[in-house]
Amino acid sequence: MKYWIIIVAALNRKRWRTGLTISSLVVAFLLFGLLRSVAVVFTEDIDLSGDDRLVVASKYSIIDSMPISYLQRIKGIEGVDIVAHQDWFGGTYIDRANFFPKWPVPPKEFLDIYEEYKISPQDEEAFINTRNGMIAGKRLVEKFNWKVGDRIPIIGDIYFLKDGTNLWEFDLVGIFNDSENPANEEQVFLNYKYFDEARDMANGTVGNFIVKLDDKEEGPRIAQEIDTMFANSMDETKTYTEKAYAQMFASQIGDIGLIMNSILAAVFFTILLVTGNTMSQSIRERTSELAVFKTIGFSDITVMLLVFIESLVICLIGAFLGLGITAILMPGLSEMVSLSLGQVALDSSIIISGIGIAVITAFISGFPPALGAMRLKVVDAFRKN
Amino acid sequence: MKWFRQIFAVTNMNLLSITQRFGSSLVVIVGIAGSVAVMVSLLAMASGLQSTVEGTGESDRAMILRSGSNSELSSVISIEEANVLSNAPGLEEYEGKPMIAFEVYTVVDLMKKGAEDTSNLPLRGVDSMSFAVRPETKIIKGRNFELGRSELIVGKGAYDQYQGLEIGDEVVLRNSAWTVVGVFSTDGDIHESELWADVKVTQSAFQRGAATSNAIARLESESTFETFAIYAESDPRLEVKVENELAYYKNQASGVSAVISSFGYLVAVIMAIGSIFAALNSMYSAVSTRLVEIGTLRAVGFRGSSILAALMIESMMLALAGGLLGAGLSYIVFNGYTVSTLAAGTFSQTSFDFAVTGDIMIQGLILALVVGFLGGFLPALRAARQNITDALRAL
Repeated sequence: MKYWIIIVAALNRKRWRTGLTISSLVVAFLLFGLLRSVAVVFTEDIDLSGDDRLVVASKYSIIDSMPISYLQRIKGIEGVDIVAHQDWFGGTYIDRANFFPKWPVPPKEFLDIYEEYKISPQDEEAFINTRNGMIAGKRLVEKFNWKVGDRIPIIGDIYFLKDGTNLWEFDLVGIFNDSENPANEEQVFLNYKYFDEARDMANGTVGNFIVKLDDKEEGPRIAQEIDTMFANSMDETKTYTEKAYAQMFASQIGDIGLIMNSILAAVFFTILLVTGNTMSQSIRERTSELAVFKTIGFSDITVMLLVFIESLVICLIGAFLGLGITAILMPGLSEMVSLSLGQVALDSSIIISGIGIAVITAFISGFPPALGAMRLKVVDAFRKN
Repeated sequence: MKWFRQIFAVTNMNLLSITQRFGSSLVVIVGIAGSVAVMVSLLAMASGLQSTVEGTGESDRAMILRSGSNSELSSVISIEEANVLSNAPGLEEYEGKPMIAFEVYTVVDLMKKGAEDTSNLPLRGVDSMSFAVRPETKIIKGRNFELGRSELIVGKGAYDQYQGLEIGDEVVLRNSAWTVVGVFSTDGDIHESELWADVKVTQSAFQRGAATSNAIARLESESTFETFAIYAESDPRLEVKVENELAYYKNQASGVSAVISSFGYLVAVIMAIGSIFAALNSMYSAVSTRLVEIGTLRAVGFRGSSILAALMIESMMLALAGGLLGAGLSYIVFNGYTVSTLAAGTFSQTSFDFAVTGDIMIQGLILALVVGFLGGFLPALRAARQNITDALRAL
């Protein structure tokens, strides 16, 4: 630490250069933070037992459904706490540009599973008891200026009414919010019972079952048991943890992880070159100073370490500032990335790997000049002047 | 005139001495090449997707869906409706029959090459008229399916992206076994992402009864489109809407490609800011190592403005080299590269090729020149304004 003053002096020698090098590192780590946090959602390793909710889907494809009678049989499995289900309603509210997901669900069971959707007991009661009831997220309600009691018209595209028309009308009976992940507030839930009675086809079926477990460690066993139970029936199932299901959907959008990582590779290759070049240039300019250090008794190793630490300080400052800016921008980014992908956040693992990359960058870009400094012969250095 | 000669002389001197500043010049070039390559690649992806989807369809073809349906997936046309539609006015005839094909559109799950989980793939049950209505369809490998048999032909895009679709392979779709007998192309449009089979066999395998999803019709001419549409939409026996095929696919295209291109611009702008810092750094170094030279030039009568202009030219030329390198690299690596993504309307995969167009390359070069300008201006200004005596004292 007694050499700290030397390092500070070296960094201050050409302030614009230190400043610009740090700035380009800040940009690199900002991109690293942003892209990694998005990519993590798509590529994270799924912990099969880390989730106390399972999604039971049709084995055949996303558009196939299952009979509602499966509900009782799933409920009978030991370790299953609550079973709910959901369907994809599709449909248009006034204009296609107003798109938001609409899910017919069994009100009580669904809200019991999704405890994170906060709703007042009166609203919940009204949702359970209103035949054509609908609850909407706070954001949607604000966006469309809805009020509880409004009748919301939805033009069906997949589902028509029994009389062959497709104008569905739902009564808005309650509002829910999800402060942890406000993107979830951009959807509505409809009363399944009414939806199923009124639609002209696929009556008595559901799109997915959602199963809440007593103990999340039991996930793999119960998933296996559900799929075995319906094997060789007309409608076979495939059971996922909720996270795995969301990820399967996300991975179909494209190989986002690969794209993000290629961009990051391009970014870091560039940055490495910039920092490496700056470091060796700044060392070249100081050849005679380093020779002076050696003359007055600094060992080769010490001189080498001084150069290394200088490079490390630059990289770490860049990493901290870059990741710091990422943390500030994160709430905005999380809003932008649409719902159902889960929350985008700056994980501690991203911060740790960012710092790791800073250290590696420092090492690679500092190595050639540090080696040069160590090998420097005092006589040669002075002769050059 | 004299001013231009001065600029030329200094520029020439700068460029000739670039080899001595090879490292820092390379940093400028590579930094800019990186930003340009990322932007060009992402925009090429967006434009490839857009042109695949929007390139589907002809103006003399009509897409008929159940009224209210936004896509073929949610549409149903009954056999009674099909009979009425077949007798509608305005349809072109082919071998004495009206050119209207009733098709089944559904989604099946298959595994992409190298994937661990399945992806959704559209399956279209087509009748023999489908090929007459879409003359761009060509079998490029194997043969067409035979009517009445559980045989599949595979679109070129799906064939490239999915495993187990080689000719002769058996594919199990919803508990029924199918054999792949051929590969088809449709001039690079969206149908190349699909599997095609006989509509009757599809109806029975997927328990659709006699109902179909949608109809595609060929009209006598563009002008009979209105006649046909008015007839179909006003007949009380029909619950359908008629859309021009081009317009239908244009509607399906928006969304994903817009997201990709705005993401591309965002990342490119952030990277470009980083490259500006790198360029500033290199140009400042370039200027500071040449202070004595510049001072000497000023002393012998070169004007500050010509030194400024010459340094700007140097920085812009490095930037241009970087831009060309970046755009060229992404053209070589990505042009024609096939990927697929989830289409919003149909929940199924669309395969498409990256399209590095001239327009996108020009946008990349503009980005490079902007970075070169911003990165070169301040250092050049500093050099031009340098006090001559101070500069010479640096010796």
